[in-house]
Amino acid sequence: MGRLISTAALAAIAVTVLIFVFIGREALPVITSPEVHEEVTVRKMIEPLEFREGRPKEFVWQPVSGVPKYSLAPLVLGSLKATIVAILFAAPFAIGAAVFSSEFAPPKTRELIKPVIEMLAGIPSVVMGFFALIVLASFLKDLFGWTFRLNATNAGIALGIAVIPIVYTVAEEALRAVPRSYREASQALGASTWSTARRVVLPAAAPGIMAGIALGFGRAVGETMIVLMASGNAAIWSSSITDSVRTLSATIAAELAEVVHGSAHYHVLFFVGALLFVVTFIINLIGELYVGRLKRRLTGVAG
Amino acid sequence: MTTDTAVLPARSAPAPAGRSLYGRRTSRLWRLLSPLPLATGFLTLCVVAMLVIILWNIVAGGIGGLTWEFLTQAPSQGMTEGGIFPAIFGTVFLVVLMTIAVIPLGVATAIYMRHYARPDSRMARLVRVAVNNLAGVPSIVFGLFGLGFFVQFLGKGIDTAFFAGDLAFGQPAIIWASLTLAVLTLPVVIVATEEAMRAIPRDYLEASYALGATRWQTIRSVVLPNSMTGILTGGILAVSRGAGEVAPIMFTGAAYFLPYLPTKLNDQFMELGYHVYVLSTQSPNVEETLPLLYSTVLVLLLLTFALNLLAVLIRIRIRSRQVR
Repeated sequence: MGRLISTAALAAIAVTVLIFVFIGREALPVITSPEVHEEVTVRKMIEPLEFREGRPKEFVWQPVSGVPKYSLAPLVLGSLKATIVAILFAAPFAIGAAVFSSEFAPPKTRELIKPVIEMLAGIPSVVMGFFALIVLASFLKDLFGWTFRLNATNAGIALGIAVIPIVYTVAEEALRAVPRSYREASQALGASTWSTARRVVLPAAAPGIMAGIALGFGRAVGETMIVLMASGNAAIWSSSITDSVRTLSATIAAELAEVVHGSAHYHVLFFVGALLFVVTFIINLIGELYVGRLKRRLTGVAG
Repeated sequence: MTTDTAVLPARSAPAPAGRSLYGRRTSRLWRLLSPLPLATGFLTLCVVAMLVIILWNIVAGGIGGLTWEFLTQAPSQGMTEGGIFPAIFGTVFLVVLMTIAVIPLGVATAIYMRHYARPDSRMARLVRVAVNNLAGVPSIVFGLFGLGFFVQFLGKGIDTAFFAGDLAFGQPAIIWASLTLAVLTLPVVIVATEEAMRAIPRDYLEASYALGATRWQTIRSVVLPNSMTGILTGGILAVSRGAGEVAPIMFTGAAYFLPYLPTKLNDQFMELGYHVYVLSTQSPNVEETLPLLYSTVLVLLLLTFALNLLAVLIRIRIRSRQVR
């Protein structure tokens, strides 16, 4: 029986390896296969190209056309724009709520705040996408007088609402992990609750708050349904955050269903997935490093 | 008086007889009114307001269409009329299959981590890293994995081996979608089960071993019965998470519309979340489908929230029992 259990426990490791192997297997032809290279190479996915004579070189993602164009730049930019809006929106609310519930709220209020914010995390992303598409987009359009309802800011704000619980939970845990003695020492020196929070508790918990932001960022980059529904899905190379965007994740979701199995386009989409996998993996790793640093700092081991 | 202020900073000069001029209640309120508490309190309120607005909007928009017919009939008239029964059926079927796959694996992993592996052995650390990593993988990547591994590799392999190459399992199907979701929810079950097992007092285990029970006997008659509620919580959370995910099932089995219910493991299926996505983005006439769409969203939200609430209640019960 012990052997059976040990074998089953390998499942988590096996699945992780299988994800690497099978996404890699379908993504690799982009680098190695000569057939795929007739349509696209990694260079063509990165460099700007001249598509019409006399026009300046440009970044274009247009896989279904006479000359398929596979520039990843508009997609990466799209993901960045939506994610940065999301973090800028989520961070103040999440950190503010974390500070309030760990430092100022009476115990009973705190007991209430935590589950209520965690309820936000329980909203399925397709529901958040629906809300952003139908309600939020119209509201923001009227508010800011946009030409297009669906754009990077709309998707970013919806994404932001979705990542608030993650940032909040990690930040709040970090704040509460700051030992009582820090607070007592500060207050014994005559500092008020809020200057204690600002001068002592926040700096001590800073790595934990950074970890929360990193993890929120990782979640936002990989989130699919919200951006698929709320971003407008136009792969444009533009710096404006009120233009429609198409993110890496939404591209896979929107295009994979119609693609011919084994075609260049199919392999490119897996390549995009591999990219997403690696990027979120690194971001999550950074988040965990910060958590580790926080633990070392608060237990007094030099770090 | 003068000597007092010379020693203590003015701000914390003690109030006479240890009481604030306005009583304790007012002084606490006064503390909350200084800038940082006020600002952070306001931000907290904003987050709560966002939740309330979203929920209110969906409940108000969807409650009117939530009739018995809506829950028990199939869509008709190009999905502008009728109900969502096939999507509800598909969702339930999907998460049942998922649960059958994920619970044994998750529980076995948790047992291994708590009772077989030495906590800092290389194997245990590797499992820990793998579980943490799995929890952070974007759901769309699980979708790609499901397509590449389950459908294209496993399914096609089964077809070649048992169906002489005819198409049976080498296509998107409910079994592949549920296995993809099982992989996605594996960390949820592992973490919840481990938490429950950590709460079992050491005395129980030691008493069992002292009676001469083997490790497996101890696990079967002490560990498992005592962590049942935790396993249940993990299962419920996994179902709640799985029922709300769309990206992993888009390419592995979900269908826009099917005139029949899925009955075999290699059938395609309709699903609530996917139904919401399809109706809100691909419908030719959004205005006309909107009321039905709202009701579908409400059903999905009620389903996931009810499950979450159940998990929270069970957890509170476990905690209160530990205190005693």
